[in-house]
Amino acid sequence: MIEKKDIEHLAKLSRIELNDKSVEGLAKDIESILGYVDQIKEVSADLAVRPPSAGENRNVLREDENPHESGIYTEKILKESPDREGDFIKVKNIL
Amino acid sequence: MIDLKTLTVKKAHEAIKSGEYSAVELANAYLDVIKEKNKELNAYLEVYEDVIDQAKGADKKFKDGTADLMTGIPVSIKDNILFEGHKASAASKILENYTATYDSNAVKKLKESGAVILGRTNMDEFAMGSSTENSAFGVTKNPIDTSRVTGGSSGGSAASVAGDLALVSLGSDTGGSVRQPASFCGVVGLKPTYGSISRSGLIAMGSSLDIIGQFGKNISDVEILFNTVKGKDNLDSTSISPPTPGVGGEEEKKVIGIPKFSTTGRSASGGKNYNVDLSEAKSNLEKLGYKVKEIDLPSLSYSLSAYYIIMPAEVSSNMSRFDGVKYGLHKEGENLIGDYFKTRGEGLGTEVKRRILLGTYVLSAGYSDEYYYKAIALRNKIKEEFRKAFEEVDLIMTPTTPGPAFKIGEKVGDPISMYLEDIFTVPANITGSPAISLPFGEQNGMPLGIQLIAPHQREDLLFQVGKKFLGEE
Repeated sequence: MIEKKDIEHLAKLSRIELNDKSVEGLAKDIESILGYVDQIKEVSADLAVRPPSAGENRNVLREDENPHESGIYTEKILKESPDREGDFIKVKNIL
Repeated sequence: MIDLKTLTVKKAHEAIKSGEYSAVELANAYLDVIKEKNKELNAYLEVYEDVIDQAKGADKKFKDGTADLMTGIPVSIKDNILFEGHKASAASKILENYTATYDSNAVKKLKESGAVILGRTNMDEFAMGSSTENSAFGVTKNPIDTSRVTGGSSGGSAASVAGDLALVSLGSDTGGSVRQPASFCGVVGLKPTYGSISRSGLIAMGSSLDIIGQFGKNISDVEILFNTVKGKDNLDSTSISPPTPGVGGEEEKKVIGIPKFSTTGRSASGGKNYNVDLSEAKSNLEKLGYKVKEIDLPSLSYSLSAYYIIMPAEVSSNMSRFDGVKYGLHKEGENLIGDYFKTRGEGLGTEVKRRILLGTYVLSAGYSDEYYYKAIALRNKIKEEFRKAFEEVDLIMTPTTPGPAFKIGEKVGDPISMYLEDIFTVPANITGSPAISLPFGEQNGMPLGIQLIAPHQREDLLFQVGKKFLGEE
């Protein structure tokens, strides 16, 4: 059973502000979605549960070399930031 | 007057080459249709200002002999594919005013070919949806019946091709977002093999599932567009090199498998019946000399459940980058963390929030064993079942969707019924297989689609059998 407080907790973990009305709607929606996906339990009981193994994935490594010329992307990227001070992105005090 | 209805990539190429018309004239023909129809359809969120400049560049390539098949071809791109110096919003308020700072690999390749990129097409916000109704900038209407949805999430791309607002289009497919709207709008839609096209510069949704897909009015156009944008890219370590062309054996008659669940029409929801009839498609294939047989994929009907655990898990992780600090929307809170809460609360739509919360839930301590790891184990089982099936058959056929395009508003507010739209398309994303939707049949005047699924990197089989099936040569 997904309750309002569960949604509020998940929203806190996800850094999303929600109003009361949407909390209620989301609780109902997520409850019904979990009810649907629960059917994997019909087949997954026999499947070994473990964190995903390496499988076919492999590391893709490269030498740390040939850097691009310093500063050529700075202006383009900073132009997209909501707030800046010189060549820095500006945020509120962290500490 | 250029007849856009019957135009193909090859015809356009020949016409520009022979001087019948220029790339600029062709681009203008499409801009005229856009001017006439886009206000009602809302297929494009923006038509770029530099279209004619791009077309002039294409004409120059024809003059100096460096033109290829895509040179001068008017193409639309989904609003989650980056084109440097142009806006890309993923149809979200949180990126409403974001300008791409680099080219996606797909756009880079289109530019090298001299394709003419007309504009960015509407979509469900961050590609999350099956109807384009989740766009922050209004729904896209189906060109065949404007009271109906185009499907989604690449609904604007599908509508742009179906309504002659572009010759071909790029979309993205995470669970059916190219094939389902292609089926709804009566065009061809390809979801290539996972990794065959670089995801660099595609705004991420579910990174183990996402792939850039192609729309066209016929298979040959889709094939040309796919061949232009495919290939390994150092900026996407999951991208793969195209296969070396097969040696011999291509002439032997292929075997096509129909999984049991689609012929009996029983859905994974347990008992709800879909009115899906493959008998005509089956007999057409048999007339063409193909052998069609029923196959067993015992875990297939659980694909959608596995998908709705794995995808939101990846969404919740990918969406964490939108924080109002580096780019995009910023809303003032009381402190830095307050800024995050306000920006994400106001900038993201309901479906995006729903999936972030769901993903956060299935990944949280105490639930990840029950949901996420189980879903990964199930995904591996489904992959294994497909691998075995492809020892017996060359292709697998299913319907693309449970039914034709539904009415705008019909499924809003019922997430599960919307998710069930993807029941036939999700397995190819779960397994990474290439799959294509071909227009076939209709219901109450609306088109339906047939889906063919092939083993990894066998897009050639989809094109070969698909062309025979549609009588296209």
